[in-house]
Amino acid sequence: MNTPSLMIFIDACLINNFVLALFLGLCPFLGVSTRTETAFNMGLAVTFVMLLTSVSAYLINLLLNAIGAPYLSLICYIVVIASSVQFVEMVIKKYSPALFRALGIYLPLITTNCAITALALFQTSRGYDFIQCLAFALGSGAGFILALMLMSGIRERLELSDVNPILQGTAIALMISGVLSMAFMGFAGMGR
Amino acid sequence: MTEAPAFSPPYLHAGANVPAIMREVALALVPGVIVYFFCFGWGVVLQCLLCMSYALAVEALLLRLLGKDVRLFLGDGSAAVTGLLFALCISPFTPWWTSLFGIAFALVCGKHLYGGLGRNPFNPAMVGYVFVLLSYPAETNRWPGPEIPNLAEYISIILRGEGSAIDAFSGASALNEMKSRLGDMQIVSEILTAPGFGHLAGRVTEWINLAFAAGGIYLILRGVIRWHIPAAVLAGMFISSAFLATLDSELHASPGFHLLAGGTMLGSFFIATDPVTSPETKNGCLLYGFLIGLLALLIRRYGAYPDGIAFAVLIANAAAPLLTRLTLPRLPGEVR
Repeated sequence: MNTPSLMIFIDACLINNFVLALFLGLCPFLGVSTRTETAFNMGLAVTFVMLLTSVSAYLINLLLNAIGAPYLSLICYIVVIASSVQFVEMVIKKYSPALFRALGIYLPLITTNCAITALALFQTSRGYDFIQCLAFALGSGAGFILALMLMSGIRERLELSDVNPILQGTAIALMISGVLSMAFMGFAGMGR
Repeated sequence: MTEAPAFSPPYLHAGANVPAIMREVALALVPGVIVYFFCFGWGVVLQCLLCMSYALAVEALLLRLLGKDVRLFLGDGSAAVTGLLFALCISPFTPWWTSLFGIAFALVCGKHLYGGLGRNPFNPAMVGYVFVLLSYPAETNRWPGPEIPNLAEYISIILRGEGSAIDAFSGASALNEMKSRLGDMQIVSEILTAPGFGHLAGRVTEWINLAFAAGGIYLILRGVIRWHIPAAVLAGMFISSAFLATLDSELHASPGFHLLAGGTMLGSFFIATDPVTSPETKNGCLLYGFLIGLLALLIRRYGAYPDGIAFAVLIANAAAPLLTRLTLPRLPGEVR
């Protein structure tokens, strides 16, 4: 596993974008993409949690391998993710109550966000070293922010157009993410 | 203070309307279509007619289903232009059902779901083209080789799709050839001596691209499109390909090749400039165009697909609202 860190970053951000290529973390992607500011802050929160999770998952993995109990990794990841989300939640609540209200239920829901678990599992199964883990977490986070920002820009614009009432909200958002995901398939095959 | 601000109405109507603009665009495509026809034969004309009639039929059906005024919206020509652009993107060998699916997807998922013309976040023709590109890679990737089929042979290829006739005529496009041979560790100067290549790019694609560029310049002179987007797309592609070519000119094709290969000119003058899906500010347009040129080149050089223009346009379409927002001029006294 000697993939350069820059390649891991680009791969996680564009080619195998967590949202648009792997369809992970769709819940906040659809839930908080109606306003660009909120979307950006949500993206930052998720990136931060990803970074914390990635570092802790790396260390925990070392520990678990040392005591010969790698089967405990999934449970440990859950604890790590839950506590780092709790930490982010406390910080945001303290420093930006407005953002806290805007993010609403989606902030605690990062705990159950499959993108974060996938990050921890992927980096373990691919055997990344510490620097590669950081690049992977930052790349995934950047990709998540990118997807969320693109989505929110389009959704803000669509508010002004007369979308059929049946399709308004999540339905049209899913259509847009489908086309976005088709566009990102153009990156397929890069880096091989 | 009774002085009216500079941006207040009344405005003077410039006389531009959707049917007039669509007529200009169709007219500007004519030189490209003619050269295309001389290079690839009757298939081009057949595809144009086929896709335009599909587009009109699907549009009429959708307008009826949505309860809109069929005659008014069908008469504006936007569906026909979508069909025409789609036809010019696909290979002349594309079977009839593939282009039908493409057009239907373009108009349903690229246009009417969002409320119709003027509301679509993505370029409908490109949505349809990317759809057939991803779904039917075999059908869309065969290009006429050195020998050009006649009218009857084209009709049978388009109607029947498969068969031995198509294998006799089809070859690889210049971009395909370049990509696969670079993958086989051949060097650029060696590849360019192969029979399918001309002065800079493919023997025929370079002329087709020049003809489309001429049509695009006509559109700029007529004031239908602004120069910002095409110039930025071409600059983006030129700068990034020149950068790669200076790194190693035997591993990366020259900027001249990229500017005249594939759908560069059609994409930069006719597809990227769609006023609905591009940013509203001039600086936004420059960034948007540069993004298309850069992404298209990256996909061409490193991706799995031979041409990246369609994907690049869709991604830049998605970024257009953000680019507009990023480049909005600051109002006097506004604090950010």
